[in-house]
Amino acid sequence: MSPDRPVGDRFRRFRDRVERGRSDVEGQPAEEGARSTAFRSYAPRGDAEAAEAGYAPVPARDARPGRRRVRRGGGEELRVPEAEFVSYYGRPILKAPVWKKDIAAYLFTGGLAAGSSLLAAGAQLTGRPALRRAGRVTALAAVSASAGFLIRDLGRPERFHHMLRVAKLTSPMSVGTWILTVFGPAAGVAAVAEAAPWLPERGLPGLARRVLSPAGDVAGLAAAAVAPALATYTGVLLSDTAVPSWHEAYPELPVIFAGSALASGAGVGLIAAPTAQAGPARRMALLGAALELSGSHRVETRIGLLSEPFRLGLPGRLLRTGRALTAAGVVGALVGRRSRVVSALSGAALLAASVATRFGVFYAGVASARDPKYTVVPQRERADRRRTTDAG
Amino acid sequence: MIPDRNSLYGPLDPAPEAGWAEAPPRMGFFTDTSICIGCKACEVACKEWNDVPTSGLDLLGMSYDNTGALTANSWRHVAFIEQPRPADHRTPPFGGNPTGGSVSADSAAIASGTGNPTGTDPGVPPGSPEPAARMAAGPEFLGMPGAEPPGRATGAETRTDFRWLMMSDVCKHCTHAACLDVCPTGSLFRTEFGTVVVQEDICNGCGYCISACPYGVIDQRKGDGRAWKCTLCYDRIGADKTPACAQACPTESIQYGPLDELRERAAARVATLHERGVPEARLYGHDPTDGVGGDGAFFLLLDEPEVYGLPPDPVVTTRDLPKMWKRAGLAALAMAAAAVVAFVGGGSS
Repeated sequence: MSPDRPVGDRFRRFRDRVERGRSDVEGQPAEEGARSTAFRSYAPRGDAEAAEAGYAPVPARDARPGRRRVRRGGGEELRVPEAEFVSYYGRPILKAPVWKKDIAAYLFTGGLAAGSSLLAAGAQLTGRPALRRAGRVTALAAVSASAGFLIRDLGRPERFHHMLRVAKLTSPMSVGTWILTVFGPAAGVAAVAEAAPWLPERGLPGLARRVLSPAGDVAGLAAAAVAPALATYTGVLLSDTAVPSWHEAYPELPVIFAGSALASGAGVGLIAAPTAQAGPARRMALLGAALELSGSHRVETRIGLLSEPFRLGLPGRLLRTGRALTAAGVVGALVGRRSRVVSALSGAALLAASVATRFGVFYAGVASARDPKYTVVPQRERADRRRTTDAG
Repeated sequence: MIPDRNSLYGPLDPAPEAGWAEAPPRMGFFTDTSICIGCKACEVACKEWNDVPTSGLDLLGMSYDNTGALTANSWRHVAFIEQPRPADHRTPPFGGNPTGGSVSADSAAIASGTGNPTGTDPGVPPGSPEPAARMAAGPEFLGMPGAEPPGRATGAETRTDFRWLMMSDVCKHCTHAACLDVCPTGSLFRTEFGTVVVQEDICNGCGYCISACPYGVIDQRKGDGRAWKCTLCYDRIGADKTPACAQACPTESIQYGPLDELRERAAARVATLHERGVPEARLYGHDPTDGVGGDGAFFLLLDEPEVYGLPPDPVVTTRDLPKMWKRAGLAALAMAAAAVVAFVGGGSS
C-alpha cells in the first residue's frame, strides 16, 4: 500500500487521530470513528483539523439514527447530536424563503378570519347575536389584513392580480388565492349586514335594511363553508416547498393551523361576547387547543433531525410561549366561565398564542433552509441507504 | 388531456406533458466537471448575452469562487474546491509528495461568512463556520487560499499535493420542476424544448418558486422584485444556436444538445474515466428515475454532490402534494366538526 494512495492517506489520518488521544471523537472507539467515515469513499476532511483550529469538535459522525435520544412524554430536552456532513464552505444549499414576517402575520390573520367566521356562523344558527357580530366583524377585519399582508409581501405588489390569471391545484398559493377570493367578499357582506339595524326604515336605505340581513346570513354561512379550507390550505402552502422542516411536517401543519385558527376565533368570542353567549367559544377553544397541541407535539418529536428547528432558538421559544399561552387561555376560559374579565383575558391569551405559534412555525422553516445540515444529512442518509440496498 | 400518471413524480417527457403537440427533442446541458478549468467564461458569456446585472465584486475567500452561488444575477456559477488529495496522475516529480490542503480550517471557516452585494435576495447568505472548517484539512495555517502552489515559498521538501475541483453550476431544468408547479401566476412555463423559463412580464415576485427549488437555484432580484434564473438561452436555442455558456466554454466542459444524446455521451465518458483510473467519477442528475425525474442539465462529478454544494438526493416537493391535500382536507373536516361540536355539544351555556 503506497502511502500516497487515498486509502493510505485515510490510514495515516486514522493513526494520527489515535495518537492524538482520541480527543476529537468523544467517547467513541477510535476504530469505529475511522471505519464509519460514512459519507464518502475517500479521505475524511478531518474534523481533527477543525478541532485544532479551535472549532467545536464534531462527535456525531458515528451517530446512527437509532442512537438519537428522543424525548418521551416531556422528559429531558431532546438533543439530536450534531451531525457531520460535507458542505460547500458551509453555505446553505437551498435559498431560504424570501417571505418576510408579513407571511407569518398572514398565517395568523387568515386563521383568525376562518375561526371567527365559523364562530359567527354557529352563533347565527343558534341565536347568539353578540357572538355573531364579533365573529363577523373580526372575520372581515382579519381577511382584509390578510390581503394587505399578502400583497405587501410581493416583489411586485401592483401585479397582485396576476394571481387571478390561472387556477392550479399544484400551486397551493393559487388555490389559496381562489379561497380568499370566495371568502373575502362573503365575509365582507356578512360583516356589513351587521350595520343593517342602524339604517333608516324608509326609502332606499329601508330596502337595503330589509335585504341586508338575510343576505348577511347567506354570506355568513358561505364564508363559514370556505373557512376550514382557508385555515388549512396554509399548511400545504408551507409544506409544498423544499424547506426541509416544513416539507417533512406536512401531515401536522394543517392540523396545527386548524387548531390555532379555532382557538384564535374562540379567543375573539371570549373577549367580545357576554359570558352567557360564550359557551361555544369556550368549547371551541378547548377543541382547537387540543388539535394544535397534538399537532405541534408531533412535529417537534416525529421527524428526527428536522424536528430540531422547531425546538431551538427563536422558533423554539415562540412555540413554547404559544403552548403556554394556549394552555393558560383554555384553563382560564373553562375556570373563569362566570367572570367577564377572566374570559376576556383568556381570549387575549389564545390570540397571542396563535400569533406565537404561527411565527414559530414560520421561522422554524426558515432556519431549516438556512442551515445546510438539514438539507444534506437526511438526503445523505437516504442516498446511502439506497446505495446499500442496491449493493446488497 | 389526461395528465400522465407520472405528472408529479417519475420518468416523464415534460414538453408533451405540458401540452406541446409536436415538441422537438428535449434539449439540455451536460457539464463535465473533469475537464472544467475554472475560467468562468460561462459566467461572463451568460451575463453578456442575457444582460444580467452585476452581482458584486468582493473576494469571498472561497478559493477562486467570488460569485458564491447561483443567484438572480448569476445564472452560471463556477464552484472551486481545494482538497487535500492527490490530483489524479501521480507522475514522478510530484508522485511522492504528501497531500495537504491549500486552505486551512481557519480560512475556510472565515470564507463561510463572507458576502457579496449580489443585489438579490437571499443571494449569497453566510454559511456555518464548523462545516466549512471541516472541508479544509490543511496541516498548517496558510492564511487565505494561496495564489501559488503550496510550498513554493518554503521549498520542495515541504510541498504538498492537493486537488482542485471546479464545476460550473446552472439551473437543472428538472423533469418535475417544483418552481414551475408552485408558480401561482403561470409566469414559469415549460418550453417546447423541455426547459423551464420565467416570463418576466408575468412574474409578480411572490417568491414561492424560491422556497420550492430543491437546488436553491432561483432567486429574487432586489428593487426589481421578480424571480430570475437560467433560461437555457431560450432565445438562442429557438434559433438553432448554442446557449451562450456552452458556446463560450473553451474545453467543452459544458455540452449542449438533445438530452438523450448527452446521456449516452456522459455514460461513455464515465466509463472512460473509470478505465483511466478515476473511480470517483460519477454522474449527477442524469437518471430519469431520480427524485426530480432527471435533470435537463446534469453533471459529471468527481466527488459527492454536497462537496459542490449540490443536494445529495433531491426530491421534488410536489411528489407528496396529493398526500398534503389529503391531510389538509382531513384537518379541515376536523375543524368543521370541532365547530359543530362546540355549538351543539354543550346544552344551553
